[in-house]
Amino acid sequence: MKYAFYPGCVSRGGTPELYTSTMAIAGRLGLELEEIHGASCTGAGVLQEKGQKLGDTLNARTFAMAERMGLTTILNICSTCQGVMAQANHRLLADPDYLAEVNRELAGEGLEYTGRIVIKHLAWAIVEEVGLDALKSLVVAPLRDLKVAPFYGCYILRPSWALGLDENPGREHYLERIIETCGAEPVNFPGRVKCCGFPIMLINERNSMAMVANHTTSARDHGADAMVTPCPLCHLNLDGQQPKAASQRGEKINMPILHLPQMIGMAMGLSRKELGLGRHIVSAKPLLEKASVRV
Amino acid sequence: MQAKIRVQRYDPESSEQPWLQEYDVDAPERYSVLDALVKVREEIDPSLALRCSCRAAICGSCAMRVNDQARLACNTRLSSVVEDGGTVKIEPMGNQRVVKDLVVDLQLFWGKVRAVQPYLQPDAEPGPEEEFIASNESMLNLLTPMGCIMCGACVSDCTALEVDENFLGPAALAKSYRFVADPRDGKSGERLGALNEYGGVWDCARCYMCVEVCPKGVAPMDRIMELRESVMASGAPGTPGSRHVQSFANSVARSGWLDETMLAVDSWGKKNVPKLLSEAPLGIRALRRGKFPMPAFLHHKRPGHRNVRRIFERAEAGKE
Repeated sequence: MKYAFYPGCVSRGGTPELYTSTMAIAGRLGLELEEIHGASCTGAGVLQEKGQKLGDTLNARTFAMAERMGLTTILNICSTCQGVMAQANHRLLADPDYLAEVNRELAGEGLEYTGRIVIKHLAWAIVEEVGLDALKSLVVAPLRDLKVAPFYGCYILRPSWALGLDENPGREHYLERIIETCGAEPVNFPGRVKCCGFPIMLINERNSMAMVANHTTSARDHGADAMVTPCPLCHLNLDGQQPKAASQRGEKINMPILHLPQMIGMAMGLSRKELGLGRHIVSAKPLLEKASVRV
Repeated sequence: MQAKIRVQRYDPESSEQPWLQEYDVDAPERYSVLDALVKVREEIDPSLALRCSCRAAICGSCAMRVNDQARLACNTRLSSVVEDGGTVKIEPMGNQRVVKDLVVDLQLFWGKVRAVQPYLQPDAEPGPEEEFIASNESMLNLLTPMGCIMCGACVSDCTALEVDENFLGPAALAKSYRFVADPRDGKSGERLGALNEYGGVWDCARCYMCVEVCPKGVAPMDRIMELRESVMASGAPGTPGSRHVQSFANSVARSGWLDETMLAVDSWGKKNVPKLLSEAPLGIRALRRGKFPMPAFLHHKRPGHRNVRRIFERAEAGKE
C-alpha cells in the first residue's frame, strides 16, 4: 500500500529516532512511503490560534500536493499533525464554499484540493490495512516479559468528530492491540488519554512537569516497564523533560518512553541502532535487557 | 438488560477512603444511567447520594464520571456504556472535593465563574434611552457559549486544572468569552488583560478534553483559542504564551516549518539569560544523544517556502 508520507517537523528535529525507526519497519510491513516534498508545518494547533483559516490553507496545500502525487491517504507518524490535519480536512469537506475560498489561496501555486484525501496515523494503517495477523507473522522477538503502558495523548483521540471514532470505535484501543501483538502486556493507567503537558512546556513549565511526573509515576505504579506513544511531542516531554519532572517531584522515575515504531521494531528483532534506541534522554537499556533485544 | 453498576461510594463520616460498590440492576433498554442510579437508590440502597433534577439535560445537576469520562447521567443511555460483562463504572466528577458518593462540592466551579465577572458591563453611562441594540450577526457566535448549563463536566476532566487549581478552567473561560465577544460589553480590554495573566487563557493545555465531554456543544477550548487570538490582537503585554504563538508563526512563515530552538528561546524571552543558561545542561545532553537543539542558523528553508510565506501575507492582509 502506497502512502503520501508526512513526517512532521519533530521527527526531523527533536526526535530523529522516530523517523529512523519508522523507516526501519515500514518496508517490512509493506508500507510504501512517498514523502510529500515541500509540505509545510500543519500549524500544530498553535498557528490556528492566530487564525483557523490560515492553518486550514496550509493543510489544504499539503493535501493538494498529495493529490498531485496521485495518492489518496496521507500517513502521519505524529498524532498531533494527524489530528490537526484531520480537523482541517473535516472543515474543508463540510463546506464547499469554504473549500473554494481556501483553494483561491492556493491557485497562485497552481494547486487545488479536490477533497479526496484521507488522513491516517501509522497506528491506524497498521491495524486497518496491514492487519494484526500480518504484524504478528513479523514478530520474531516477542516482548514477552514486558508490561507496556500505552500513552495516547490527545490528538489521536480528540476531538472525536474529526477522527472517525464513531465509525471506527476500535481506534480507541489500537495501541493496546498492537502491544499485545508484539507479545507484551498492555497496562491500563489513569493517564492513558490525558495531556502530556508539551503544549504548555514553554508557557507554564511547572504545570507541564507536574503532568509528566503524574503520568510516568502512575504508569510505573501500575506495573509498566515502559510507555509507548504515537506522538513525538508526547515523547519530547515524557522522555526529554522527565529528569526535570523527576526533580520537581523529588523522586527518581526512570520510565523509558518508546515511539510506536520502536516498540514494533523491537518485536521484529531489529537492533538498538536501527531503532535509534540510544537517542533517548531516559535510557532504554534496562528495558532492552529485560526484553533480551540485541543491544 | 442485566447491568452491574459499580459506583464509587464515599462517606466522610464512616470511612476515610472511597470504595467501589457493585449493584445488580434489571434495567429496561430505554434506561439512562440516571434511571438506573435512581432505581438503585429507591429499590436497593437508599443511602446512595447523588444530585439530579430535570432528567432532560437542562438543569446540569447530574454530571458524573461514567467509565472515566464526565457525562450527564440523564442523557447517557445505559446500554451504550456497559462494557464486557454488562458492567459500568460510575464515579463523582473529578477535580472537585467529594462531599458524599456522587455529590461534589461546586464551590471551586462557581468561584471560577464568579471570578470572570459573568455579567454585562456596558460602557455608556448613562446608557441609551431604550435598550442596547445588537445586530443578530454580532450575537450569533455567542450562542454556543450561552448554551452552557453549568454542569461542571468540563471542569471535572480538565487536564490543566488537575495539576493547577489556579487555572480558571474551561467553563469560566467560555463564560468570559461570552462577554468579551458581546458588542454591548464595555470591559473587553480589562477582561482580556486579566485573562492574559497566570491562570488565564495561556494555561490551557489544548487537550480537547472539555470539547469532548461537554454535553451541550459549547466546545470551551475553541472559545479559549478565540480568546487567545483576542488577547494578542488587544495589544496586551507579551507573555510566554503569546510569544510562543508569534514565534511559531514567524518560523513557519519564514521557512515553511517549525524552528524548535527559536520557539523555546522566543517563548522564554531572548533576554531571559538565567532561563537560557539553566536549560544549557539539557541542551548538551540532547545534543550528545543526537537530538536537538539544532542551532537556529542550521534551520534551512523547506522547498516552496515562498508559497507558504505568501499564504501568511494574504492572511495578514485579509485581517486588515
